[in-house]
Amino acid sequence: MFIPHTDHEQKEMLGVIGIKSLEDLFQVVPPQHRYPQLDLPEPLTEMEVMEEMQNIAWANESNQDLVSFLGAGAYHHYTPPVVDAIIRRGEFATAYTPYQPEISQGTLQAIFDYQSLITSLTGMDVSNASHYDGATATAEAVSMALAHFRGKRSKIILSPALHPQYRQTIRTYNGGADLILAGDEPEANLLAGPETLIPLIDQNTALVIVQYPDFFGRVSDFTALAEATHAAGALLAVSIYPIALGLFKPPAEFGADIVTGEGQPLGIPLSFGGPYLGIFATKKEYVRKMAGRLVGETIDNRGQRAYVLTLTAREQHIRREKATSNICSNQGLMTLASAVYLSLLGKQGLRQVSELCYHKAHYAADQISDLDGFSLWSQAPFFNEFVIQCPKPVSEINSHLLEYGVLGGYDLSQDYPALSNHMLIAVTEMNTREDIDILVQLLEEVANE
Amino acid sequence: MSEPHLCEISVAGRTGLTFPEPDVPKSKLPRSLIREYLPMPELSEADVVRHFTRLSQLNYSIDTGFYPLGSCTMKYNPKVNEETARLPGFTGVHPLQPVETVQGSLELMYMLQEWLKEIGGFAGVTLQPAAGAHGELTGVLIIRAYHRANGDTQRNKILIPDSAHGTNPASSSMSGLNVVEIKSDSRGNIDLDALRAECDDTLAGLMLTNPNTLGLFDEHVEAVINLVHKSGGLVYGDGANLNALLGIVRPGDLGIDVLHYNLHKTFSTPHGGGGPGSGPVGVSARLVDFLPAPVVTIIEEGDKENPPLYGFITPAKTIGRVKAFHGHFAIMVRAYTYMLMHGAEGLRKVSEYAVLNANYLLARLRDIYHVPYDRICMHEFVTEGRWDDAPEIHALDIAKRLMDYNFHPPTNYFPLIVHEALMIEPTETESKQTLDAFADALIKIAEEAHQNPELLKSAPHQTPVGRVDEVKAAKELILRCGVVSNS
Amino acid sequence: MNIPNNLKYTKNDEWLKIDGNIGTVGITDYAQNQLSDIVFVEIVVSVGDQVKQGDTCATVESVKAAAEVYLPVSGKVVEINAKLADTPEVINSDPYGAAWMVKVQISNPDEITDLLDDNAYQALLKDKE
Repeated sequence: MFIPHTDHEQKEMLGVIGIKSLEDLFQVVPPQHRYPQLDLPEPLTEMEVMEEMQNIAWANESNQDLVSFLGAGAYHHYTPPVVDAIIRRGEFATAYTPYQPEISQGTLQAIFDYQSLITSLTGMDVSNASHYDGATATAEAVSMALAHFRGKRSKIILSPALHPQYRQTIRTYNGGADLILAGDEPEANLLAGPETLIPLIDQNTALVIVQYPDFFGRVSDFTALAEATHAAGALLAVSIYPIALGLFKPPAEFGADIVTGEGQPLGIPLSFGGPYLGIFATKKEYVRKMAGRLVGETIDNRGQRAYVLTLTAREQHIRREKATSNICSNQGLMTLASAVYLSLLGKQGLRQVSELCYHKAHYAADQISDLDGFSLWSQAPFFNEFVIQCPKPVSEINSHLLEYGVLGGYDLSQDYPALSNHMLIAVTEMNTREDIDILVQLLEEVANE
Repeated sequence: MSEPHLCEISVAGRTGLTFPEPDVPKSKLPRSLIREYLPMPELSEADVVRHFTRLSQLNYSIDTGFYPLGSCTMKYNPKVNEETARLPGFTGVHPLQPVETVQGSLELMYMLQEWLKEIGGFAGVTLQPAAGAHGELTGVLIIRAYHRANGDTQRNKILIPDSAHGTNPASSSMSGLNVVEIKSDSRGNIDLDALRAECDDTLAGLMLTNPNTLGLFDEHVEAVINLVHKSGGLVYGDGANLNALLGIVRPGDLGIDVLHYNLHKTFSTPHGGGGPGSGPVGVSARLVDFLPAPVVTIIEEGDKENPPLYGFITPAKTIGRVKAFHGHFAIMVRAYTYMLMHGAEGLRKVSEYAVLNANYLLARLRDIYHVPYDRICMHEFVTEGRWDDAPEIHALDIAKRLMDYNFHPPTNYFPLIVHEALMIEPTETESKQTLDAFADALIKIAEEAHQNPELLKSAPHQTPVGRVDEVKAAKELILRCGVVSNS
Repeated sequence: MNIPNNLKYTKNDEWLKIDGNIGTVGITDYAQNQLSDIVFVEIVVSVGDQVKQGDTCATVESVKAAAEVYLPVSGKVVEINAKLADTPEVINSDPYGAAWMVKVQISNPDEITDLLDDNAYQALLKDKE
């Protein structure tokens, strides 16, 4: 179907090569293992495949069927059709990595646009062209900090309010090194603010990592933490939710040295977990220790402005075992998607969407905390996610909600033993007032059962 | 005419997308935390569409032409994959939904795991890694964990051939292992004596790319694997070159213990200007328990009336999670669609024609371009981009001149063991016409190199921009709109 | 290829100039030629550091490559060329002069016998061809 050769052409080609048949090409393969019989389904034509895939997709309950209040690191935001119109273009989607700048200016300038937008959003000096996702970007921040101190510092402080899956990823990535990971022990005080991490910072600390808004939705001022971190000579990394930055102070203002985050909310669909977008930005003095691709502006031999991958000496294809990271493919097309999203919304649209998330979430929190049996876990300021203490196990409540077509919030007992019966609820611009009122009504019902 | 920056097109007061007014009462904002200044551009929708559409027109892509890039497998990206990946039932599901509500996605992932196991000859598969390099890291971490579980903490050495892709040693270092390079022999195989010398009880494993980056299937591959196994090490297979092996041989059958797949190479998912890819990892039976969590499994068997219930499990000795959530599901949908359309016979044809195409180009070019390892190649081959009697011409110049003939250049300067390397991989989706046009262009360029070398040295001429000043880019470091920072 | 006869050399293309008990270190003309246009250099030792033969004292980057500069001898760092970071291209134009990187007070003169003289280094380069 995608192989164009006719029998005649095949014969000609075999002749030019000087062999009789296709089998002659594989004589080097050990004969006892050659041509295995693969047990795979019979092939389908394109029409049949479309039908089969549609049937599989229909076995899911998606945003089309359910009203969602589920966040915890991936969010149901509006995906403008303009984004897909651009990323569907074959010139972008089927292009290779822009190693040949003369014929890749589209990809290169789009990445440059992305770098410009992310630095503007976060207040940092430089952004790379992406990591795989928020979790791996944060793991790479750890690698970068360790490289920065040339292995002389080995302690990493993790806020317990950093996404559990990010902390797991950091542990997997650094399982080899003799690292001390502190701050997120099971007995950590979850209600306290970021200042509780300060006593843990010492001369052996390479990096302190916090999340903003944190996993529980809370927004904090990290200025004091940043000062304490810098006083000890260590670095501060902040993992962000980009839509929140439409409203809240950028981490640069607190003194962040590294900003990471999950870019999925920027016009990228949920797609059961991926592909998403790892944001990574830092201050200009750390640019050479930063992993990932980087696009720089220059001129060509005709005097025109042009773009090119730069500082490539940092990367795996040159430094090999001395590279800070092994990253090769990144999130490419997702970077473009987020650049289109941010350009389209711009200053006003981004502020508007973040305010909608804020106000709707606060309305929901007010209504729910008024119900008997439910209370807000924390009084700290929050963006669009908040934790409620429930009168019953979250799994029970969510089963009830699901019967009425509502996807409830995240069951925190899965990651925080101290938070049994606590639900993390997310609200975005996609939730109408009616949706929220139905949620409140259903919660009231289930409490009274 | 270059395309302006976003900040150059921006006009204060414009917006491309407006949202409804809040349908709830407004709440108080925490003033001290609110940003005063949001320096984002202000553009109309038409501005945005024109900017990015014009940028797209500056790009070369598979949809516009041939990419003979060795080890990248730039095959045609079927459009049906784009439709299936965008089905709302797939795009609109959250990774943390209760498993009962996502049985479609879980069934797809389970079947994909099974098919990859079948194609590779493995006992277990994880779909979590986001890219090939990510899969490599996962595989090396599994090897390390296996040895530690056996009490072999002294096994810290990874052997990597001198022809290997840079991600191999980088991934090994990231996992905290020591990299030792093994040289290739004169026929492009791993040097068995060099290998034997390194096989001791500090050996964690060997990272093997087979066929290797010279496009050659190792003539002693079973001996290589046996040597490593005998001394207690494991063999990692870099699956970047799997396009030569589908239905031809299963890496697991040869004894490979762990292998990563590149869905964005072998299984036709698009390269997207650098990503996203997907790098599933297959493992032999003794490594199944170490796979990253979670893995998709059947949690309740089905029967005549009911399908099975799919869910997640955490392998008993898991290395842990290598990223958040489950992996690049939308990429898996594309690969799954591709496999459904091919079946076993279709996949074998893919490899047969990929190898046919490469050998055809090799036959057409070998008299004009020196081929250092001249035997039947697999899906790619390497030539030297240089001639003794045209000493000022380098592979780079040939590459740049090819663009004037409307071809993307082959991989340059890799593998490192060939001088002025040009690594050529046509893939099976290219026709004889395209291959002939490409060979003709290369032959013409060889002539030009000898008669009019200036044409090559100053190339390309027909492209949107000419050769760029990379030194200036690295020294002046302009990495965003509107700000210049000297390094 | 310029290989001054009053210097010592290493297999990794560093040179050592000896004045009394002070050794000055840089990279050779061959090395700068291999790297081509150098865009960045970072000296990673500080004055006062006790260093060993083989320790990394600097990293050098060009557009296409990156390289570590290793110390040919052990001792104490007494001076570093702080101006080099601002003008990395000097490594290409004057590798034996203005592009010196660090000066070390040599602690173990026996280590000098490990090094190559100009003829031995030239022979080594011929083998690399």
